[in-house]
Amino acid sequence: MKIIEGTKENFAEKVLKNKKPVLVDFNAEWCPPCQALHPVLEELAEERDDFLIVTVDIDENPDLAEEYEVSSIPCVMVFKDGKEVDRRVGLQPKKRLIKMVSK
Amino acid sequence: MYDIAIVGGGPAGLTAAIYAVRANKKVLVLESVACGGQIINTSKIDNYPAAPGITGLEFGQTLQKQVEDLGVEIEFENVEKISHDSNSNLIVTEDDQYKAKAVILASGTEPRKLNLDNEEIFTGFGVSYCATCDGGFYNGKTVAVNGGGNSALHEALYLSGIAEKVFLIHRRESFRGSEDLVKKVRAAKNIELVLNSTIVALNGDRRLQSITVDHGGKTEEISLDGLFVSIGRIPKAKDLIDGLKVDESGYVIATENCETNISGIFVAGDVRKKDLRQLVTATCDGAIAATAALNYLAE
Repeated sequence: MKIIEGTKENFAEKVLKNKKPVLVDFNAEWCPPCQALHPVLEELAEERDDFLIVTVDIDENPDLAEEYEVSSIPCVMVFKDGKEVDRRVGLQPKKRLIKMVSK
Repeated sequence: MYDIAIVGGGPAGLTAAIYAVRANKKVLVLESVACGGQIINTSKIDNYPAAPGITGLEFGQTLQKQVEDLGVEIEFENVEKISHDSNSNLIVTEDDQYKAKAVILASGTEPRKLNLDNEEIFTGFGVSYCATCDGGFYNGKTVAVNGGGNSALHEALYLSGIAEKVFLIHRRESFRGSEDLVKKVRAAKNIELVLNSTIVALNGDRRLQSITVDHGGKTEEISLDGLFVSIGRIPKAKDLIDGLKVDESGYVIATENCETNISGIFVAGDVRKKDLRQLVTATCDGAIAATAALNYLAE
């Protein structure tokens, strides 16, 4: 599956109302660890269809970053049934991301 | 059973992997976060021979690809314990365990924490260890940097261009950092120096809202939106291997050939006790440690 670009407009539909678990990555272009995380997310998106991956650029979506109180990036959250169930700040390896979603 | 297991996928560990795999050894690299290590946070590398201006991220990713193309296995797992007997080592990670005849410890360093209550809870909610990652959140806001070395001075200057106000909190009167940087910091209009001061409490409800600072017995509360902790780094070797000889700060003591006091365990990069911690000394250690490990395997 493809990575979905999250925005203020589609966040409710793609993340909160999704029946599958969603891994949301808050990131920015100028943040090196975010750039390092990106290929990992692409691999995951390719390999897995049991959850979705949404990336949110915090410069383009400052409202979302504020709503979810993101002040360190990369920040990865897991949403299940519209609720945030896990969150980790900093670069995470693939296995840990899968563990977060599968928990 | 692997011939050589390398703990850490930074420049030291991955260089060791290149040397080991090119000698036809079965090599495993265990990396807890991402290949490249600390260097990926550097925007531009200007002091590595023949690669002027390369970004840290590009350096890390190119190195990772080089290592993978040579046939090295990389697993992204955090190593929790290494135990050794006379002819093999058992490496226990959060997910699995591996056996290797020799181990190269290239686990690097991590930011030193303040060790205050709430620090973990506020990490990502106002407390940060990376100004280039999180500075952008504080446009027009008030932040503090804690520390007195070059990194802290760099961060204060970087943040002074984004935030409205930067407090630089340092426990001494004078700075350890370079004179040139100190001059720039003193000249910046929106940086306020808070010297001879220690942070004693992090306050807030859900996120950091203020810090309490102690200057010689007198405490003061400073309201702010973010705190950048830059009080040095600590080696990631503690408690990993029983009996491993380290110095008083926890850096691994080794011979000129990167041999530790334990036969079959070698050390490379920032985690080793040495004077100069640079990209070029890390890669250099990697080559030396791998060569020593190859000699050990040939014995």
